[in-house]
Amino acid sequence: MSAITAELVPERDVTYGRSPLSHFAADVWVLTKRSIARIRREPETLADVTIQPVIFILMFAYVFGGAIALAGGGNYHEYLIGGMLGMGLAQTAPGVAVAMVTDMSTGLIDRFRSLPMSRWAVLAARSIAELLTQMIGAVVVAGVGLAIGWRVHTNAADVIAAFALALLFGYAFTWAGICLGMTLRSPEAAQQAGFILFLPMIFISCAFVPIQGMPGWLQPIAEWNPMSAIATACRKLFGNPNPAAAIDSWPLQHPELAVLCWSAVMLAVFAPLAVHLYRRKALG
Amino acid sequence: MSEAPAIEAEGLVKNYGKTRALTGLDLVVPAGTVYGLLGPNGAGKTTAVRVFATLLRPDGGRAQVLGHDVVNQAAEVRRRIGVTGQYAALDEYLTGRANLVMIGQLSRLTASAARRRADEMLERFSLTDAAARAVKTYSGGMRRRLDLAASLIGYPSVLFLDEPTTGLDPNARAMTWELVRELAAEGTTLLLTTQYLEEADQLARRVAVIDGGAVIAEGTPDQLKSAVGGEHLEVVLAFGSDVEAAITAVKPYATGSIQPDEDGLRLSVPVTAAEGLTTRVVRALDNAGVQVNDVTMQRASLDDVFLSLTGHLSGSEDDSEGSDAA
Repeated sequence: MSAITAELVPERDVTYGRSPLSHFAADVWVLTKRSIARIRREPETLADVTIQPVIFILMFAYVFGGAIALAGGGNYHEYLIGGMLGMGLAQTAPGVAVAMVTDMSTGLIDRFRSLPMSRWAVLAARSIAELLTQMIGAVVVAGVGLAIGWRVHTNAADVIAAFALALLFGYAFTWAGICLGMTLRSPEAAQQAGFILFLPMIFISCAFVPIQGMPGWLQPIAEWNPMSAIATACRKLFGNPNPAAAIDSWPLQHPELAVLCWSAVMLAVFAPLAVHLYRRKALG
Repeated sequence: MSEAPAIEAEGLVKNYGKTRALTGLDLVVPAGTVYGLLGPNGAGKTTAVRVFATLLRPDGGRAQVLGHDVVNQAAEVRRRIGVTGQYAALDEYLTGRANLVMIGQLSRLTASAARRRADEMLERFSLTDAAARAVKTYSGGMRRRLDLAASLIGYPSVLFLDEPTTGLDPNARAMTWELVRELAAEGTTLLLTTQYLEEADQLARRVAVIDGGAVIAEGTPDQLKSAVGGEHLEVVLAFGSDVEAAITAVKPYATGSIQPDEDGLRLSVPVTAAEGLTTRVVRALDNAGVQVNDVTMQRASLDDVFLSLTGHLSGSEDDSEGSDAA
């Protein structure tokens, strides 16, 4: 029988003495692997970046699409994908919140905090695992898009820029989801709050319908909605129909810059806030 | 093992809003022993453990684990402790083995050492057969075992067990007790909270009784019991015996007043336990011509201790511990 405790663990068995950065990287890697292992065991957890976008695309392309007139004309199927990409990645945030609340409520985060591990590795690993998930989501959206007739009319650099912007945007939203998860008590509450916060945000934008069709008082909200910025940026970079280009509003005239700004603002607000909330929870 | 104490707390204070969870808790836990924190729900046991485990910052006072301050030297504390709470803190979707390897690596073991250690622990906790299954398929007892294994993976010198047997069936409880004894024999310091007086009595070398966020009594289980009234002899008389004669016969051995029960068949005689006392009392009763059916030495249980110290029985209070403020 092996002794459970040992005052001295063999030196070669421990990583004490390595630099804090290498500890941080190792912890983030271990925890990211944890999330990947979970996805491999339960692929259905990917539903929010696979099945859900497919349903949205098919519904809008074949059910609502026919009733939506694009100002300036153009194919709705080509219009749709730019909006779907940003929306599809950003809407994973409620799932992040649920995962955070679950870890908190099962005591797993407490266990992590009692270990000699890097303190922020938990948050960093969560955001990286989510980024990997979002990459899968981006591939799914593009694949379904190609199947329903979406085409790009620009060069590879522009297409890469569009996907990079969408992933950056999604990554920024992940941190909002982490904050949300840290302020709520139950996974159900996180699910509800995510729905209530994100649904209006998705629909009061040009993600699915042109802003021109909205009542005048709603238009400024839609114009400044970050979701409109990412949809417009993607359409512009893909060379797809882009009615928002006709609207004289700063974020729609400079959509790539607007996406960068929104992402930077969200990261600047939510990443430190997430760390703060984590710390506050940690110290009671 | 009488060097520096494993855990030392001075005047610990912790408030959750208006709830005063700890109100000046003092504690010294010697290294290498099993120490029991005994108290009803809401007494502050869990809060105290969370402070020692660096999960909670105290509002006042200070605490050290193995000479390291839990606030300022939290990292030093964390590499030497293991924590097991009331609920299994595991990743439901990972296998049992993957959980242990992950915790091992996060405890700063190298990947290969973590794998080796995980297999050792699985073996020791009889979980080898279930090692490749996701934890969500585990029974409650298996989860607890895996959780204990996880808290031991980083070779802790001090182990915190917060109500380790709450909700366990008698079999699983016996297993946990056995493990606690083994760990203690190997030199681990164990701080164990419990509402079960019997558990503290069985396992702990010393016990602190906590109520209202502070220690109200401390000592070995035996010391606590004798402080509360010590021993008494229960004398059961044969039917029709002369109660007065019996009382007169045992009076020289009593340390206080002798209480006959209502039907005069049973005497409760407070005594100081000594070698051969029971024999002498039986002989005295025999010499006085009193027929006796039974004489037994009764010692105060920790239940009596608890009742006399707090005015209520353990577990009879039901307000929640501050653990939800986590």
